[in-house]
Amino acid sequence: MTADVRDIPLSTTGELQAVVGNVGAVPGQDWVIVTRGITRDYDMGGEVVRALRGVDLAVRRNEYVAIMGPSGSGKSTLMNLVGCLDTPTSGENWLNGSLGSDMKDDALARVRNREIGFVFQTFNLLPRATALHNVELPLVYAGVGSAERKKRAVEALERVQLKDRMDHRPNELSGGQRQRVAIARALVKQPAILLADEPTGNLDSATSEEIMRVFEELAAAGQTVIMVTHESEIAAHARRVVVLRDGRISSDERREHFVKRLEK
Amino acid sequence: MPLFEAVRLALAQIRVQKLKSFFTLLGVTIGVMFLIAVVSIVQGMSNYVTNAVAGKFLGVNTATLRSFPNFQTGNVTEAMWRMWMRRPPITIADAYAVRDALPPGAGWAIDDMRWVNAESKYTNGGPQLLAHAATPQLFTIKNLKVTEGRIYNEEEEQLGLPVAVIGVETQQYYFPNVDPIGRDIKIGGLPFRVIGVLDKQGTVFGQPLDRVVYAPFHSAMQRFTGARVNLAGVLVQAPSPAAMDDIQETVTEVMRQRHKLHPSQENDFVVETSASALSAWDKIRGYLVAAGIFLPAIGLVVGGIVIMTIMLVAVAERTREIGIRKSLGARRRDVMAQFLAEATTLSIVGAAIGIGLGFGLSQILSSAFNLPSGVAPWSIVVALALGGGVGIVSGIYPASRASRLDPIVALRSE
Ligand SMILES: Nc1ncnc2c1ncn2[C@@H]1O[C@H](COP(=O)(O)OP(=O)(O)OP(=O)(O)O)[C@@H](O)[C@H]1O
Ligand SMILES: [Mg+2]
Repeated sequence: MTADVRDIPLSTTGELQAVVGNVGAVPGQDWVIVTRGITRDYDMGGEVVRALRGVDLAVRRNEYVAIMGPSGSGKSTLMNLVGCLDTPTSGENWLNGSLGSDMKDDALARVRNREIGFVFQTFNLLPRATALHNVELPLVYAGVGSAERKKRAVEALERVQLKDRMDHRPNELSGGQRQRVAIARALVKQPAILLADEPTGNLDSATSEEIMRVFEELAAAGQTVIMVTHESEIAAHARRVVVLRDGRISSDERREHFVKRLEK
Repeated sequence: MPLFEAVRLALAQIRVQKLKSFFTLLGVTIGVMFLIAVVSIVQGMSNYVTNAVAGKFLGVNTATLRSFPNFQTGNVTEAMWRMWMRRPPITIADAYAVRDALPPGAGWAIDDMRWVNAESKYTNGGPQLLAHAATPQLFTIKNLKVTEGRIYNEEEEQLGLPVAVIGVETQQYYFPNVDPIGRDIKIGGLPFRVIGVLDKQGTVFGQPLDRVVYAPFHSAMQRFTGARVNLAGVLVQAPSPAAMDDIQETVTEVMRQRHKLHPSQENDFVVETSASALSAWDKIRGYLVAAGIFLPAIGLVVGGIVIMTIMLVAVAERTREIGIRKSLGARRRDVMAQFLAEATTLSIVGAAIGIGLGFGLSQILSSAFNLPSGVAPWSIVVALALGGGVGIVSGIYPASRASRLDPIVALRSE
């Protein structure tokens, strides 16, 4: 199969067209994420909550994307689908050339382990494990031997400047340090994409900036990043901003255009 | 997830939650403790009885021809006793007829005995002694050894010399503070020269085995033991355990012919073996073992239920941890393995503690009630396997619940 998704042209207004190709077509190698009309309904005891109502999104390798939108607009739901923690009610989501919406439990687990690094608002570190052990976890599930595991975990902690804290438990670390451990853990397997759901949501503004600098460096080094945030200052660090409203994409534009629009 | 990882995790969990783990382990620990204690007491008694009856009293691979049984399971009724008393005696001629029919390699000895009074110059008196008029092969068959002096030989037997081999209690009572070797002990007024002292035998079923005196069968001792009336025992020893049946058969055939028994008539004598004597013990042991399995079984079932409950609580408490692990790529089987390993490790640790306590308990019981106790290695293996089995069985349901959690729901839980 040939790739139908071509280089997405930027319109004069700066908006990105959601050109995601035809249903069933395998995206080209450049495309890490492609979703085609994905929906996600939650059945709340008879009442159906339509969290996503058809989202087309394509993210290229090395992109740094922010997703914004009001509370309840479906940002987290979209991240979970993109990250193969969940499967859509309808539509398809591709991750690095494989079709996540078709996968069964074990395959999803394998994709999460190999292709995705998650960073959460609440850090989600194991409280009783040291920073080092937390970072080693994805390698444990990949079946990496303990010596190699430790070596790679230390390297990942070095990248976020926390090597000297590797024997500390989460409760002995500051919020910013905890989030950096979480980032190290997300990066340790060199995932195709780093997904961050409100990574600065629990941090003060100075610490948020510190985390944003880490993201900046990663993006500069070629890491593909998708980050959900409420704050436009945080979103302004990304190079592309997607806005969700009521389970649909309401805008998808370059940072410069987004910032200009804000200033108006 | 590798097994080692899962077990390490489980041990860490136990360390963190010491008190809870302790209560979790309690059921399995108690079950295993009783198992080990009961088994080692039963084993100890079994060793004791086997040693005492088979080794000392009757001899290994040995059958004893007697007119009525020495060991009887169940009560001896008046009628049985009267019937036994009417039986023809075992005669000296019978003993030789048996000897001549034995296959090569078999052992044979006459051992006639009776309680007698004794005297010596070195004391004013002492208890009765069990006097044996026995051929010297008896010492070989019963594996009796001297600590001092020697055993009488075939020549002394043939000549019927008045020599004696005594037990240590006999020595204590009749030769206090003197070396008995070369000195006389008097039975029925006749002197027997002591030539050997046997090593200590202890007591079996309350019978002092050291309050004895042995003299050649052809010596005057046979007068005092009443050998001409009815021999107390003719011993035959098979060369191997497998040959026991044959040799019993041979003895039985010889005696039936000599007593001219019709095929329809029952034996009017017994050929007693340690196996027949031990059958009484086997019955008692059966009850003990049944109790020894029933009590621990209750403990293990209760222990299993406790572990299952605690594991369900643990799964609920650690839902978020499960979500985190799943988000990092843990598959169902990884989560399953983690909780199964935890339940199994818990329960094996419980079993290990139970093994320790069980041996402690059996030591305490054996010293408090003067019971023998013995370690049965198989009981340790069984206890550990049972512990592991209980862990796996009681861990399956909680572990599969954990493994089926939806990662998003799990991540959201508090
Ligand atoms: N597991 C669930 N069960 C039922 N409804 C859900 C579930 N998860 C999300 N929803 C609903 O779906 C909609 C989208 O939720 P989502 O968490 O994706 O929003 P969000 O944009 O991340 O909001 P926030 O900014 O508050 O995090 C909401 O109406 C929410 O109530
Ligand atoms: Mg959200």
